[in-house]
Amino acid sequence: MEASSPLHSLRRVTALELARWQFGITTLYHFIFVPVTIGLAIVVAYSQTRWYRTGEEHWLRSTRFWGKLMLISFALGVATGIVQEFQFGMNWSNYSRFVGDIFGAPLAMEGLAAFFIESTFLGLWIFGWGRLSKKVHLVCAWLVAFSTALSAYFILAANSWMQHPVGYKMVDGKAELTNIASVLFNNTALYAFAHTILAALLTAGMILIAVSAWHLKRGNETQVFGGAMKLALPLVAISAVVTMGVGHFNGILMTDQQPMKMAAADAVFETKEGAGLSVFATAPFESNPEELTRNVEIPNLLSWISTGYPRGEIEGINNINAEYQERYGPGDYAPVVWVAYWTWRVMIGCAAVMFLIAAWGWWLMRKGRLEQSRRFLALAVPAVALPFLASATGWIFTEMGRQPWVVFGLLKTDVANSPSVGAEQIWITLVGFTLVYGILAAIAGRVFLKAVKKGPVEAGKAEEPGEELALAY
Amino acid sequence: MDEYTFLQVVWFILISILWLGYFVLEGFDFGVGMLMRAVGRDESEKRATLHTIGPIWDGNEVWLIVAGGATFAAFPQWYATLFSGFYLALFLILLGLIVRNVGLEMWGKGETETWRRRWEWAIIGGSLLPALLWGVGWANIVHGVPIGADMEYTGTLFDLLKPYALLGGLASLSIFLAHGAIFLELKTEGAIRERAKAIATRATPVAAVIGIAFLIWTVASRQGGTDWVSAVIAAVSGVALLAAAFLAGREPGRAFAATTGAILAFFTALFVDLFPHTMVSSTDPAFSMTLNQSSSSDYTLTVMTVVAVLLVPVVLAYQAWTYWVFRHRVSAEDFGEVKSPLDLLDKSKRESTGDDDKGDGSGGEPAGAGSPG
Repeated sequence: MEASSPLHSLRRVTALELARWQFGITTLYHFIFVPVTIGLAIVVAYSQTRWYRTGEEHWLRSTRFWGKLMLISFALGVATGIVQEFQFGMNWSNYSRFVGDIFGAPLAMEGLAAFFIESTFLGLWIFGWGRLSKKVHLVCAWLVAFSTALSAYFILAANSWMQHPVGYKMVDGKAELTNIASVLFNNTALYAFAHTILAALLTAGMILIAVSAWHLKRGNETQVFGGAMKLALPLVAISAVVTMGVGHFNGILMTDQQPMKMAAADAVFETKEGAGLSVFATAPFESNPEELTRNVEIPNLLSWISTGYPRGEIEGINNINAEYQERYGPGDYAPVVWVAYWTWRVMIGCAAVMFLIAAWGWWLMRKGRLEQSRRFLALAVPAVALPFLASATGWIFTEMGRQPWVVFGLLKTDVANSPSVGAEQIWITLVGFTLVYGILAAIAGRVFLKAVKKGPVEAGKAEEPGEELALAY
Repeated sequence: MDEYTFLQVVWFILISILWLGYFVLEGFDFGVGMLMRAVGRDESEKRATLHTIGPIWDGNEVWLIVAGGATFAAFPQWYATLFSGFYLALFLILLGLIVRNVGLEMWGKGETETWRRRWEWAIIGGSLLPALLWGVGWANIVHGVPIGADMEYTGTLFDLLKPYALLGGLASLSIFLAHGAIFLELKTEGAIRERAKAIATRATPVAAVIGIAFLIWTVASRQGGTDWVSAVIAAVSGVALLAAAFLAGREPGRAFAATTGAILAFFTALFVDLFPHTMVSSTDPAFSMTLNQSSSSDYTLTVMTVVAVLLVPVVLAYQAWTYWVFRHRVSAEDFGEVKSPLDLLDKSKRESTGDDDKGDGSGGEPAGAGSPG
């Protein structure tokens, strides 16, 4: 009896599995706040520039309103970011020993170049109203926006090295840096950076649309929220298309660098030419989709996405596996196929739906019917979940699709964790972090919604004590 | 094989400086956090208390993030052994920092007394726990912990809680508390300042006694014999602590300089004691990790040196500028009338022009850096 109890099966979970869960949970949680902060920081700096240039009061209110939302996101992002910096050493000491010579450098640069600017100038921005000149204060806003994006660049350069190791040689079983420029200008990193910044703009845009729709439906602050719609609808429509476009070239690059990941993304088990794109399939994902009950396929599209040619050859999972077994020794080199298959589709599906919503709204706006279209305003609010779903699935695809490797072709995940850290210790931290993160999510969510519903405050009118974020203390 | 190269020593010093900067700066943040209920009785007093560190604490914490990142880059073996070895202790520190950070942001955002009280305790606990555990951690690094030939930690959390290390924790906790009390005395006015002064007067001598006891123990018990350079620096720290104890409550400016010097010398003594190792093994001295064994390649260290030489002066310049911008004393009265940045705009405009007419706050030019205070 005991052997089948849930508690017993929990005790059989290995330290490796727990460390992986912990990384997944803490990183996906952290990444809820990253695109919001990057995107809203740009929106805030833009609004403040408009206020600086025109002196129009509603731009000041916009700056402060979106700034308030940015700060809530920023607070959570910073608090959870420390865990990110430390957990490589805590849970993944073998990984750290193996990659430290290379991976540590962009991480340290991120701190020196980006985090210092970000935290210092954010403090100056929050507390500098009335104390700094208008121009210097505006520069602070742009420095915050710039440094959040810069930090994304460094961490993506580090991550891209795990996807596509470059500029290194192997010395005594460890990777050693030979060329920092190759690491910082890794083509994988440049595409990933463009993709991520666009996704951040998309996220901020969807937040602007949702919040504005909620208020416009109630007839509140039409100047501020009408202005936000005018900014956000084209922004989302265009950046959705461009994000997908960059993602497409990302896919071609990945077919070259990590063919297994792309093969898993479409569950192609046997190599074929002119492969169609399966849009929806129900199956155990153990063999080619022909044998599955797939219901929609777009001919040749997969070949085109992955290679740039409609008749291009798509290598199958089984073929790549055989090739890798020859190169790297016995083992299974395929990721969990259904995860890769579905996360890839959900990500792209979300982007497409966001494009459609924004395009519809844009069209309504040009016809002057936006504020009357209750259907659009009602739909725009829940649609705010889409960018978050897209980011989460995108990262799950990127990271789980690389498995069994933690550093592609060089180091497997199952030897990368900390030998000195046992399962019982990781249980403590896993439960601890998850619990605290959960509570914080509930609290921050409440505060965020409260700030959203309250809307911008009229100039000159005192806020209730404590309501004002710029004087949060 | 040599124990170290020139660049490795440079990076050991740089990482030490990052930790020193972190402890001096975040040290008073921790102190202010721990004391927020003791010096601030009503809401506007607490608000004023938090305001003393409001614009700067986040920048101060980045010193820790960069210390971690720099250790990863320059000494990956140190980073790996230390962070996986001190696993649960670091987890507790992280929880403390997370709760404190969020507390600092959330405290003012609820409407009820209960909401604020809960966050106050979160800030107090989240300041106290790391202030204690950083001392415990560094005492262990210097004194030695069970480490095998494979550089892996072989002990448990309880191996870190030996009396020597706990004394180290009490030392960092009490010194940061005194440092924070003196900082508050410097940065506030009125009732908050009086209370901070009273606390500083009592806490600083206690911190001096604990700190000196710990330093004596450190110097006397060093694995491989006393390091005299470290002993001299420890003595400097002891003298600075005594000076701070004497000055606290009388001359806050000098007392703050004394606690700053004491913290710098305190941790410098520990780093000098540790050199040329990164981790000391209590299992077998032969297993202690040298700089050379812990280090990245020469190429990586060269790259990082170029980056540090280019960026560190810039960082120091703009962080110093922030302190200059927010150099004014903070008082509870500031928070009675001023409710939003727009009011601040008005206030500073009125003060700079002597004009009492309240504008709409958006059209006018705000005053420059020469604001109230």
